[in-house]
Amino acid sequence: MYTFSSKLKTFSFILMALGVIGIAVGFLNAPKTIEDVEKLLADSHHHEASHSEKVAPHAADAHVVADTVKVAQIHSDSTHVGTNVVVDSTSKSSDTTMVTSAVVNDHNDNHDANADAHSHDDHKAHLEHVLHQLQNKPWAALYVACIFFMLISVGVLAFYAIQYAAQAGWSPILFRVMEGITSYLLPGSIIFFLLLVAAGLHFNHLFVWMDPAVLDKASVKYDKLIDLKSGYLNVPFFLGRAALFLIVWNLYRHFSRKNSIAQDNSTDNTFYKKNFKMSAAFLVFFIVSESIMSWDWIMSVDPHWYSTLFGWYVFASFFVSGITVIAMVTLYLKSKGYLEHVNTSHIHDLAKFMFGISIFWTYLWFSQFMLIWYSNIPEEVTYFVTRIEHYKLPFFGMLALNFIFPLLILINTDFKRLTWIVVMAGIVILFGHYIDFFNMIMPATVGDQWFIGIPEIGALMFFLGLFIFVVFTALTKAPLVPKGNPFIEESKHFHY
Amino acid sequence: MSNKVIHAIYNDDDVLMNAVKQTRAAHHHIEEIYTPFPVHGLDKAMGLAPTRLAICAFIYGLVGLSIYTALMNFVMINDWPQDIGGKPSFSYIENMPAFVPIMFEGTVFFAAHLMVITFYMRSKLWPFKQAENPDVRTTDDHFLMEVGVHGNEEELISFFTKTGAVEVKVVEKH
Repeated sequence: MYTFSSKLKTFSFILMALGVIGIAVGFLNAPKTIEDVEKLLADSHHHEASHSEKVAPHAADAHVVADTVKVAQIHSDSTHVGTNVVVDSTSKSSDTTMVTSAVVNDHNDNHDANADAHSHDDHKAHLEHVLHQLQNKPWAALYVACIFFMLISVGVLAFYAIQYAAQAGWSPILFRVMEGITSYLLPGSIIFFLLLVAAGLHFNHLFVWMDPAVLDKASVKYDKLIDLKSGYLNVPFFLGRAALFLIVWNLYRHFSRKNSIAQDNSTDNTFYKKNFKMSAAFLVFFIVSESIMSWDWIMSVDPHWYSTLFGWYVFASFFVSGITVIAMVTLYLKSKGYLEHVNTSHIHDLAKFMFGISIFWTYLWFSQFMLIWYSNIPEEVTYFVTRIEHYKLPFFGMLALNFIFPLLILINTDFKRLTWIVVMAGIVILFGHYIDFFNMIMPATVGDQWFIGIPEIGALMFFLGLFIFVVFTALTKAPLVPKGNPFIEESKHFHY
Repeated sequence: MSNKVIHAIYNDDDVLMNAVKQTRAAHHHIEEIYTPFPVHGLDKAMGLAPTRLAICAFIYGLVGLSIYTALMNFVMINDWPQDIGGKPSFSYIENMPAFVPIMFEGTVFFAAHLMVITFYMRSKLWPFKQAENPDVRTTDDHFLMEVGVHGNEEELISFFTKTGAVEVKVVEKH
């Protein structure tokens, strides 16, 4: 039996406490009114002489605008950057809508006259836009960290189900570690669901389509594209789907764990067979729900954009993170002397999975990026234009973290058996995939106001602390060797 | 000095593995072992050095990547930078996504083919090569260990008979 070391427990509490403070600071520092934003922007105007550069890509943001306007914006973004700069330097208050109208109304010249006429209203609209982004910041930070850690446990659950359904001979010795990690699913999904409910109750503007004004034909915010999707994207249906998926995942987790423990003292393989069948059924449900989940919880922050392989892409991202966490928790427990039957071959296998799924993630990332880049269709390409304009370092940096680093370090067979290499690669992969989720959520919610500061790190620390606490508490609840599993002997003697 | 070798023939891979261990422990030098299929762990038991083919493949892959990168850079960017469907041909990096499929395939092509050719060269395999088969049964169901004869021939024969060989022959090797 594993005993939760008091040092690790204290460490997790410290992380949670610091995290709560960080989250609270984030919420307290968020601006309340337009006047606050005006002051903030005035300060930043002094600091940044080249504000024009920051304004131009606003056009690609496409927050709450109708179709025609959006296309015009992209047009202005790709071909009229020069225009933007001119307008901005004269009026000092350039904004998305203003530039758009300037371009739409007067294609060739004489923007200044137009700009002046629109400047007051547009300034106000711009401030409101920035206010929403800044108010979203602490929420988005919380949302990214929450979904990242929850999906790690979902990734481990999927891996666990695959091991059962494939009747893998090497992995049963790690089943209790995986069960420990998936124990985070319950608290993680409760917190996550509460965040979704908070968005549904309009505590934040994470999901543009939840704003009732975009469906109101009389409103200036009316968005026909979102209105056409409202049959799918509406709060009750959205929360219902989320509840269904989270409940079924948690039920599978609950019963597979229960059967796995019951199998320990069983004389036949009844519970194992139950788990085998349940895993196969879960995997079918999972792949459907995972795809829908990725549209709902991640893609719908950009309700104007869609991509068909997005579900797989998100899956690869959290699946590789989950496998990495299994490897790291296993290595930790092994180093404390709790997993005597785990040898370097098990670690080697996990590291191979980390390597392979990292490449798989890159394949999907590139397939999505390259198809959209190549065809360059305006309504699709805005997604990457905003990311390349505003998130250049995180967007391309994650490629180095998630692809090039694991490719070069984990390609070597001997390296895959070394604890410090696997841990180092694991830390890089996990950080890289946090950045991946950051890149998926942030551009649509906070736009160019992003920063990895106190709210982001605070949220990350809080959920990391909670994750460590829940996972290692669960590990103390059952013996670390599932002795009733029919493949356990093979797994103990596994060598590669 | 004569070039005599002992051919110890076995009909079970487990027996062969044990015989290899005993032969190594008795410090007899194993010239070669002929088996009809790969015997797991035989190379380790014989003390053979690990293969470096994977390292070769990695280097060949890098060669392929470099060649295809240079090719695309010369053809598409330097030599004749045409505007083809609005793709930016001003610099390599701007148009890189379009070249990635070629760079990838080139890497795999070079890594795979050059590694296979290296394997053929190193194991001396080519068409019309004379087969080096001491006993035809080794391609079907028998395992043959070849050990050079140094010193007492009778003692060696009895040693290999004791290791479970179904047949021990002393052969003059040319």
